[in-house]
Amino acid sequence: MARRTFSIGGVHPHDSKISRECPIVPLAIPATVYISVAQHIGAPAVPVVAPGDKVKVGQVIAEPGGFVSAFIHSSVSGTVKSVGPRKDLAGNPQTCIEIAVEGDEWLEGIDRSDALVTDIPEDGKAIVEKIRLGGIVGLGGATFPTHVKLSPPPGSKCERVIINGCECEPYLTSDYRTLLEKGEQVVVGAALLQKAMGGVPCTIAIEENKPEAIAHIREIIGRLGYADMEVMVMKMRYPQGGEKQLIDAVMHRQVGSGALPISVGAVVQNVATALAVYEAVQKNKPLIDNSVTVTGECLPTQANFLVRVGTPLSAILEAVGGVPESAAKIISGGPMMGRAVANIEAATVKGTGALLLLTEKQTRRAPESQCIRCGKCADACPMGLEPFLLNRLAKAGDLEALEENAVHDCIECGCCLYSCPAHIALLDNIRPAKGAVLGAIRARAAAAKAAAEAAKK
Amino acid sequence: MSDILIWTVVVITVLGLVLALVLYLVAKRFRVEEDPRIDEVEKAMPGANCGGCGFAGCRAFAEKAVGSTSLDGIFCPVGGNETMAKVAAILGMEVVEKAPQVAVVRCNGTCEARPRVNEYDGYSSCKVKAALYSGDTGCSYGCLGCGDCVEACSFGALSMDPATGLPVVDESKCTACGSCVKACPKHIIELRPKGPRGMRLWVECVNKDRGPAVKKACANACIACGICEKTCTHAAIAVKDNVAWIDPALCKLCRECEAVCPTGAIHAANFPKALDKEAVKERIKIRQQKAKEAAAAQAAAAKADAPAQPAPAAKAKEEE
Repeated sequence: MARRTFSIGGVHPHDSKISRECPIVPLAIPATVYISVAQHIGAPAVPVVAPGDKVKVGQVIAEPGGFVSAFIHSSVSGTVKSVGPRKDLAGNPQTCIEIAVEGDEWLEGIDRSDALVTDIPEDGKAIVEKIRLGGIVGLGGATFPTHVKLSPPPGSKCERVIINGCECEPYLTSDYRTLLEKGEQVVVGAALLQKAMGGVPCTIAIEENKPEAIAHIREIIGRLGYADMEVMVMKMRYPQGGEKQLIDAVMHRQVGSGALPISVGAVVQNVATALAVYEAVQKNKPLIDNSVTVTGECLPTQANFLVRVGTPLSAILEAVGGVPESAAKIISGGPMMGRAVANIEAATVKGTGALLLLTEKQTRRAPESQCIRCGKCADACPMGLEPFLLNRLAKAGDLEALEENAVHDCIECGCCLYSCPAHIALLDNIRPAKGAVLGAIRARAAAAKAAAEAAKK
Repeated sequence: MSDILIWTVVVITVLGLVLALVLYLVAKRFRVEEDPRIDEVEKAMPGANCGGCGFAGCRAFAEKAVGSTSLDGIFCPVGGNETMAKVAAILGMEVVEKAPQVAVVRCNGTCEARPRVNEYDGYSSCKVKAALYSGDTGCSYGCLGCGDCVEACSFGALSMDPATGLPVVDESKCTACGSCVKACPKHIIELRPKGPRGMRLWVECVNKDRGPAVKKACANACIACGICEKTCTHAAIAVKDNVAWIDPALCKLCRECEAVCPTGAIHAANFPKALDKEAVKERIKIRQQKAKEAAAAQAAAAKADAPAQPAPAAKAKEEE
């Protein structure tokens, strides 16, 4: 049978999953954690603790600052030292709650046993509420609050839950290890999401380079006997794990420009998110840790760690023997979409999935030459955009034309840059232009809203 | 043979005449009435088409100027008052005079003063760099050094100084069109009045962090200590968001702030003499001493006059 994949664009980089045999091991709790209040898309959370307060693991330390926002829980037990700005990995100040660790005392009511709880609650709404209280956000990278995604706007209906186990980014293996080691929990999490959306069918999408995970999850589904749940084997292609790409691949439906996945009846959640959902709903454990792949050819050992949220990156790097001489760049995330780390004292956030160390040779950029209009970037773009054109418009600063050419649909996957034979920094130029256009669209919407309100009066 | 030649000439001529008539009639029928003054105004413009006035080129400026009832808010920064006088004469309006302006760079984070904390090897553009992260120094507000402003300047007035890694404005070429102000993602370039004989003072820093953090990041930064604000006798300086700003409309160019600034963040341009900081500091000290004595004397006098009303003393203090 032909393997499924999305219909337009995409590239196929070498998968380099050199850490695939490394089991997820819990990282030692650091002496101090710095928990950011802006770990999700949307409004930052509002701190509810003050310096000097004693906190336990799982205790709420910041409350949502709006509808699209999330609870933040303490990932350690200890004393709050300060609440104030601290530089994140891009060097920009973010409000962080600094907690000095004392022991490892968990909040009562959190079930820390390994026993698998397979009974699904009857009430879907209660599941969503527990997810909200658990502070769960999308762990595939976008960190969009999960409860918002599970509350479809009136008029739209979910028809299928897709669990994203593609992990199409090279080097990353934390989702793969999660599928292998916590497969049962992920499947129960998927069933919970199914229930939350009203008992719709569920597809767990896994790329074909993970045959062990595919067999393992199939076996678990058979064993646990949840209805309407299947594993779909995907052809290897980047960016398959992109939400819109995965919906196209699984359901053969295209999400329109500017529309949400729910408009075509899909809800996509990452494997790690499904696990977090399981832990929050069945075990009362909020999202306080996540698995982080630490990898790179220049490292003597590869690793997958279970890291408490707020752990300084330097502490993780120390656990693999420090940053080797030959490493030129540390990337948070995968090589395609990850961001270079400018500050290794920055702390992890819920969405931190990997630390990738690359050598000078691996990160060197070839000199840029002229565009020869070969169209490779347009072929590679999974959103059907024309990166060469957007690049030129971005340089000219023509926001109107950029909007006409749907620059705001760019998912910043980097396929254009990867495929360009002239090594033109396409995405680099498109990214700020996208930001400017999105800003203009938002400003227009706000102005329209204000005008409508003024007209009402 | 000659028949063919004659016929060709006749047919082409008749065709030409008919088409000319059609064109004439069409031109007559669909003529667009345009104010002839638009052309005149456009001719009076510098023709740089830089967009510094806020309109898309000189033609658009001319259309706007002709269509308006006054020249309020319409100003060509490149041509300056001279051009605006010409435009006003053509349109029979009143001239709106504006003090000539110049672009100033509000960052003095030289390579020496502001050590690099990481290395940027991405695409060389400030806009791109700013979209990725806070920059390669400890200061997340200062110049990124990729020269977007230099590229934006259509008059060649900006250049990067390789020694400092900062842009330098060539005053003789700068027309204050504002292209660089728009191009800088960190908003460190400001248009300021040129000042008498080009003399002006400004704070060369935009860092909004608190003092200790700023000090760590850059030796030349404004640490918001507020000494300049206290020293200034013209109330021209205000510290807002942890950074001082000198109001050019109030500044009397006494240079006292420059003398007292502990980090040298206040920059003076085009003054004929170098500043004798110690002398100015001495002067300020004496003045403050005198003011203190006067206040004390006044307070004492007030106390002697009417011990129940300490108001004049408080007033004197305020004045000080």
